[in-house]
Amino acid sequence: MTTVAAKPATKPATMAQALGRALRDSMAEDPSVHVLGEDVGALGGVFRVTDGLAAEFGEDRCTDTPLAEAGILGTAVGMAMYGLRPVVEMQFDAFAYPAFEQLISHVARMRNRTRGALPLPITVRVPYGGGIGGVEHHSDSSEAYYIATPGLHVVTPATVSDAYGLLRASIASDDPVVFLEPKRLYWSKADWNPEAPQAVEPIGRAVVRRTGRSATLITYGPSVPVCLEAAEAARAEGWDLEVVDLRSLVPFDDETVAASVRRTGRAVVVHESGGFGGPGGEIAARVTERCFHHLEAPVLRVAGFDIPYPPPMLEKHHLPGVDRILDAVARLQWEADS
Amino acid sequence: MTVMEQRGAYRPTPPPAWQPRTDPAPLLPDAEPYRVLGTGAADKVDPELLRRLYAELVRGRRYNTQATALTKQGRLAVYPSSTGQEACEIAAALALEERDWLFPSYRDTLAVVARGLAPASALTLLRGDWHTGYDPREHRIAPLSTPLATQLPHAVGLAHAARLKGDGVVALAMVGDGGTSEGDFHEALNFAAVWQAPVVFLVQNNGFAISVPLAKQTAAPSLAHKAVGYGMPGRLVDGNDAAAMHEVLSEAVARAREGGGPTLVEAVTYRMEAHTNADDATRYRQDTDVEAWRDHDPILLMERELTERGLLDDDMKRQASDDAEAMAADLREHMNQEPVLDPMDLFTHVYAEQTSQLREQAAQLRAELEVASEEAEEEAR
Ligand SMILES: Cc1ncc(C[n+]2csc(CCOP(=O)(O)OP(=O)(O)O)c2C)c(N)n1
Repeated sequence: MTTVAAKPATKPATMAQALGRALRDSMAEDPSVHVLGEDVGALGGVFRVTDGLAAEFGEDRCTDTPLAEAGILGTAVGMAMYGLRPVVEMQFDAFAYPAFEQLISHVARMRNRTRGALPLPITVRVPYGGGIGGVEHHSDSSEAYYIATPGLHVVTPATVSDAYGLLRASIASDDPVVFLEPKRLYWSKADWNPEAPQAVEPIGRAVVRRTGRSATLITYGPSVPVCLEAAEAARAEGWDLEVVDLRSLVPFDDETVAASVRRTGRAVVVHESGGFGGPGGEIAARVTERCFHHLEAPVLRVAGFDIPYPPPMLEKHHLPGVDRILDAVARLQWEADS
Repeated sequence: MTVMEQRGAYRPTPPPAWQPRTDPAPLLPDAEPYRVLGTGAADKVDPELLRRLYAELVRGRRYNTQATALTKQGRLAVYPSSTGQEACEIAAALALEERDWLFPSYRDTLAVVARGLAPASALTLLRGDWHTGYDPREHRIAPLSTPLATQLPHAVGLAHAARLKGDGVVALAMVGDGGTSEGDFHEALNFAAVWQAPVVFLVQNNGFAISVPLAKQTAAPSLAHKAVGYGMPGRLVDGNDAAAMHEVLSEAVARAREGGGPTLVEAVTYRMEAHTNADDATRYRQDTDVEAWRDHDPILLMERELTERGLLDDDMKRQASDDAEAMAADLREHMNQEPVLDPMDLFTHVYAEQTSQLREQAAQLRAELEVASEEAEEEAR
């Protein structure tokens, strides 16, 4: 008798593959889901997220558009008005800017201005952030612009399985979602079963990635692995750090965040976009409002500098890394008299 | 001028004798790309110009192969090669006078170098030590633009300003076939035509925008046709024919300088390499398509013309190739040196005067760097 080794339920998958799988499953389940963007067809997108979709679903469902972001998002609005569920790919963070007019003037507020008559179930996928040595205009962290615009959901995964779950949930959402894909995690791998249906998390829930007692690192997207690394390093200093991965910036999961900070009494917000006018300010304010009596120290922020994204050879000095996070953690030993 | 005589004015009810003031026919491009090399038109071109174009093409090709090699050695992060498109690049630079301005796109390092910028300075952006490796005002070359078509309105504005000042300056702006789909392209053309700005738009139609072929980019008979609707002439040119490119661009520049307004030039060419060294062209095109263009190589076309007319001897060929080698060696040498970077530069040019918040962040980085260098020193001990 020959024994056949059981197929492993999971195998290593990259975040880019999980995103592709989410697109595929959404398209297979719902014929109204259409993918459009630059190079999403034969090439499969410059990050290969849409690889194979045009072959499987045809060019009408996965469409190479002319090179025009305002046109891509603007036509998606019309498609959504007619009952389709467009998933739009912006090739890089900074190349989404031509589409801001459509996003801000129409996509974000269509439901509101039509008193609910015209919701727009559009998902706008935007690769964002630095750390991959990209040339100018290929590394912006543009989340602050999006979260400042009422009417948009803004989500960003940090793990392979969240990439799948969050994208499925975003496409299923009846509201527009800006889906921020951390570029430098595209090739991060995890054991994951691409064949079995994944639990689709509703958007808007944060998750505690690591429990701890001394302080909470509040973060999202590309900074999640950096915070986990910092938490490991902090053990040597006697700090036991909790790491909260927000996953969704809008809506914001106040409960999970506040519960964590109430437990630890200290918090640092970490993100790579600029600190001034960045998401960290909002988060710090919300935490302070909810946890004031539990806080042992001010909520600190570790962010990118307030500069245009630097050239690749200097980006390591700009991006918040483990040392900068540990410095902030050290500053949390704040005393009333300091 | 009465309203009726105004170009492009809206005429709700044409009077019986109504005639459009501008006959669209002269604005329409030729049905076939304009050629000079291998035709009778070549006889009228100054042999010295042909030789100069040849030498520049050889130099440009060498620049492309050298820069591509540097990506393989990890000395350059990325390089979008313009191999096959050298004639467009060279002609764009040579059609301009010193006082004129060039507005390049990210693929146009060759045009920038042919205009006189040091070969290594043109690669700063792509190596990643800074965004723009030169002073645009000093060289009258705008920064190599990565967001597509966004530099075109700048060219119109600059040309307009120069005309308001009576300076006789022309701006030449370069864009790819894909870039012509962007809103900025259309807005730039419209402004240029309405203002009669002294601008020349050069579209390098190299067949693809990354993976997307021209057929998916436009339904127009040619990109040059796009000019007509805005009220400017469109010219369709063989982009691998350096003499034709030079003639058409020079004409357009002269017309712009004399107050004749903008021109759109579509150069029909082909991108012989992948989009960049990071791209996999086999996913969207056949090698046989590429092969078909080899026989129409810009250097080959020029060489044939010169040789047939006895204008090129072995000495000249060797001279051109030696010059190109010297340039390549110089480029290699520059690129093999580790750039000396000061991280504090991050804060230097964000504002004319540093804000309080940047001063604070600069102090933080300075402290971090001091700690790091102390640690390094200790380790060395
Ligand atoms: C506004 C904008 N959108 C997308 C991109 C990403 N991108 C870089 S090059 C390119 C294709 C450009 O094609 P084309 O204009 O034909 O120029 P070519 O690369 O052929 O020289 C794309 C889509 C960009 N740089 N800018």
